[in-house]
Amino acid sequence: MSGDDTKPHLAHELPAYARSLGIRVERSEDGAPVLALDFSEIVEGRPTVFHGGATSGLLENAGYAALRAELHRRNRQARMKPIGMTVQFLSAAKSKTSYAQGRITRLGRRNANVEVEAWQDDRSRPVATAVMNILMVATGNDE
Amino acid sequence: MASELPPFDPETAAKFMLGRGHPGWLGLRYVEHGEDWVELALPWREDLVGETGSGILASGPIVSLMDMACGMAIWTATKEFRAVATLDLRVDYMRPARDGAAVNGRAECYRITRSAAFLRGVAHDGDVGDPVAHIAGVFMTIGASRA
Repeated sequence: MSGDDTKPHLAHELPAYARSLGIRVERSEDGAPVLALDFSEIVEGRPTVFHGGATSGLLENAGYAALRAELHRRNRQARMKPIGMTVQFLSAAKSKTSYAQGRITRLGRRNANVEVEAWQDDRSRPVATAVMNILMVATGNDE
Repeated sequence: MASELPPFDPETAAKFMLGRGHPGWLGLRYVEHGEDWVELALPWREDLVGETGSGILASGPIVSLMDMACGMAIWTATKEFRAVATLDLRVDYMRPARDGAAVNGRAECYRITRSAAFLRGVAHDGDVGDPVAHIAGVFMTIGASRA
């Protein structure tokens, strides 16, 4: 499926924190947005390396964006509340653009399990992965 | 070499460690420390909220806060600065932080082996007994010890 039609909608919904950090919607792939974050001083931890917190922020937003896109597709309106998130750091994210995309492993009525991967040049060599458990509180007239 | 240096002091180190890069952008501040723990603060800021229209800090900056507090807790416990890398970090969110509230992060380094450091901690918005989040992390030292 081409997700280009949903791109402005999704970009608009990135929260203040994500926009402030510089996270953007790069494209949509298989229905889930690919988010991008360029390297800059505000994401730097050790010199020339992404801070683990900035990478986590990118992962987390990609997880929410994947879930938001899926809920939108199912015409469900819900507020998303984090329950838990575990991040595995696999290798140092260097001073170039990082990307992340989430994949929903299970979507229930009340909670969703999402897996997220972040990578730089080579998608097959992720720099970090995360599993997220997100609670959904219905706000609309869905279901 | 390292033995000639004074032991790591988080309050002194905070002046330069928190003044630049990602922690500097977030405005992280030193609060207090003990033998094996460090507490930092993340001041509330409008552009750090997680949900448009709410005044609640996003969870991303809270992860950054806890990650930084963990690193500093390791150096406080070992009394020396050695580059560390986060292997994994788990965050369980108990409740949202209060609207407009700063969030403090206290991390404790409860076990150190030759290559790994184990941490636990809480994020709270005023009462350490009523946390916003619990965290658990494992860190690895990178590069040889100079001790």
